Amino acid sequence: MPKVIPVPDELSKPFWDAVNERRLVIQNCTSCDLLQYPPRETCGKCRSAENLEWKEVSGKGYVSSAIVIEDGRLDRRRPDQPYNLALVHLDEDPGINFYSNLPGTPVDEVPVGAAVEIVFEEVAPGQFIHEWRVVSE
Amino acid sequence: MTSLSDYSWRRNREGLGVWDHRGQVAVAGFGHSEIDRRWDGESMDRTVGAFSIQACQLAMDDAGVTPDQIDGVICCDSHIAGPSGGTAGRWAPRPYFDPPYDSEWGLTLVNGEWLVEQMGLTNVEFCPSGVPAIGEMLGLASQAIADGRCTTCLVIYPTGNLAGRYRRGGENAEDYAKGNRQWTVPWGNHGGNDFINAFPHQQYCHRYGGTHDDMAPFVVNQNRNGLLTPWGFNATHDIPQLTVEDYVSSRYILKPLRLWDCDRPVNASGAYLFTTAERARDMKQPPVYILNHNQHSAGTRSTQAVLDEIEAETDRLARMMFEGSGLSADEVDIFNPYDGYSTMTQFWLEAFQWHGVKRGDAFAFYADDIRVEGPHPFSSSGGNLGTGRLRTAMWTDSIEQLRGSAGPRQVTVRAETAIAGFGPPLGGGWIAFGKYPN
Repeated sequence: MPKVIPVPDELSKPFWDAVNERRLVIQNCTSCDLLQYPPRETCGKCRSAENLEWKEVSGKGYVSSAIVIEDGRLDRRRPDQPYNLALVHLDEDPGINFYSNLPGTPVDEVPVGAAVEIVFEEVAPGQFIHEWRVVSE
Repeated sequence: MTSLSDYSWRRNREGLGVWDHRGQVAVAGFGHSEIDRRWDGESMDRTVGAFSIQACQLAMDDAGVTPDQIDGVICCDSHIAGPSGGTAGRWAPRPYFDPPYDSEWGLTLVNGEWLVEQMGLTNVEFCPSGVPAIGEMLGLASQAIADGRCTTCLVIYPTGNLAGRYRRGGENAEDYAKGNRQWTVPWGNHGGNDFINAFPHQQYCHRYGGTHDDMAPFVVNQNRNGLLTPWGFNATHDIPQLTVEDYVSSRYILKPLRLWDCDRPVNASGAYLFTTAERARDMKQPPVYILNHNQHSAGTRSTQAVLDEIEAETDRLARMMFEGSGLSADEVDIFNPYDGYSTMTQFWLEAFQWHGVKRGDAFAFYADDIRVEGPHPFSSSGGNLGTGRLRTAMWTDSIEQLRGSAGPRQVTVRAETAIAGFGPPLGGGWIAFGKYPN
């Protein structure tokens, strides 16, 4: 079923361009050696924009928690209900987290703590989003 | 009307010490309007504007002041339950009526300027626009009185609700996600306190043990306290007492969040009369003094707030409230944190360590005797869950408990101090009240 389509802006365009090339890049402050996602105009620690760059990351992580959206408010997603919404943390830096619907995982059967890897899902012609799939043992 | 652009009045960091004006400001009155589930779009005596005027009159009557004595009006002007709250909540397709009803003011919107004009409050000197939500608003009022910007101030919090509008339509009906929504909405997070707290709540259960059903005694007790609150929605609409069985069998919204974990949007208004402690002593009711106010906020590092961040920020809030009020945890008699989703309340309970509750202890505490007549009368207001989404119960109950006028909700333990708050755990506004100024 259709997902809501992200609209890149000036700040986020490099991120979405990479996603559309099936790569995951995260903002990194080279001065602080700190990743940040979602992207911001300045580093959340040193408040400087000068040392922000895009860094490709592994695309591996784990699930910390999950809920099931039974009665959400987004018109476009209502036909999907119920569906999983999991919180995924990046292996390189667990302070970075992402939402995921965990494609392939049955509803309400999210394995908390499980390893996940990134996949990319086309939500509009040429526009992908980053999704995550549980890694089989 | 001056626009509120100076936020230096905020008390939002540690190290500020006891509030300079502790005990010099008082609440002398309050008023709650009638309350409907929604405005029907037709009854002009039941608009959120009409209800706000009604609440103001009741607050003035309660304090024993007349309109000519009012020199301050502070009214939150972002209060409509629209697609996503805030300014986006102002979505209200026009036209509703032919002229002279050519404006939303008074129908679905209220602000201080409108109230001053409608109520003929000719002596008002302080009436800012851009007033924040109720937690911060009450802090603003406290500081405005303390700083002498006004002496007798009506403080109004309207809550509007229209058929088919609550968080529906608007950007939630769009196929595209712009701005910050590009990071949340594609996966189904529409934004709001339900999502903000659902994940930390799940992490809480995972870290400390317990299940979501352990919330049942708290939610049921909120409902019970609400039924003991005569102006609330539940008490005025013959809502039956919720049972544990009702709760655990209710449908899921965001599993594990159930229907009865959510507050009920309503169309109503509440008002308070703030004044100087000196003036309050000559008014009709025993004054309830302001011991401290706080406005806190913290960002999240990534997409979603996690339990560690929420615990750190609520701990910081508790430290600031204790520092500013001069109270310690065991000196807080009445504790009314926000419950506009049940899943956030435990974070504050444990941060303030009310009645000795430490991190991870909330579910066991909920299973104890938290009734108003018992030894641990937690959230004696009933909160939003018990009275409707007015966001006023926490403050009003604190005032009533300290006055000794809470009727069947009056606690049997000491009631000389109270702390109440509103906001998602990573931000909000809090007030410490005292029966005595010192």
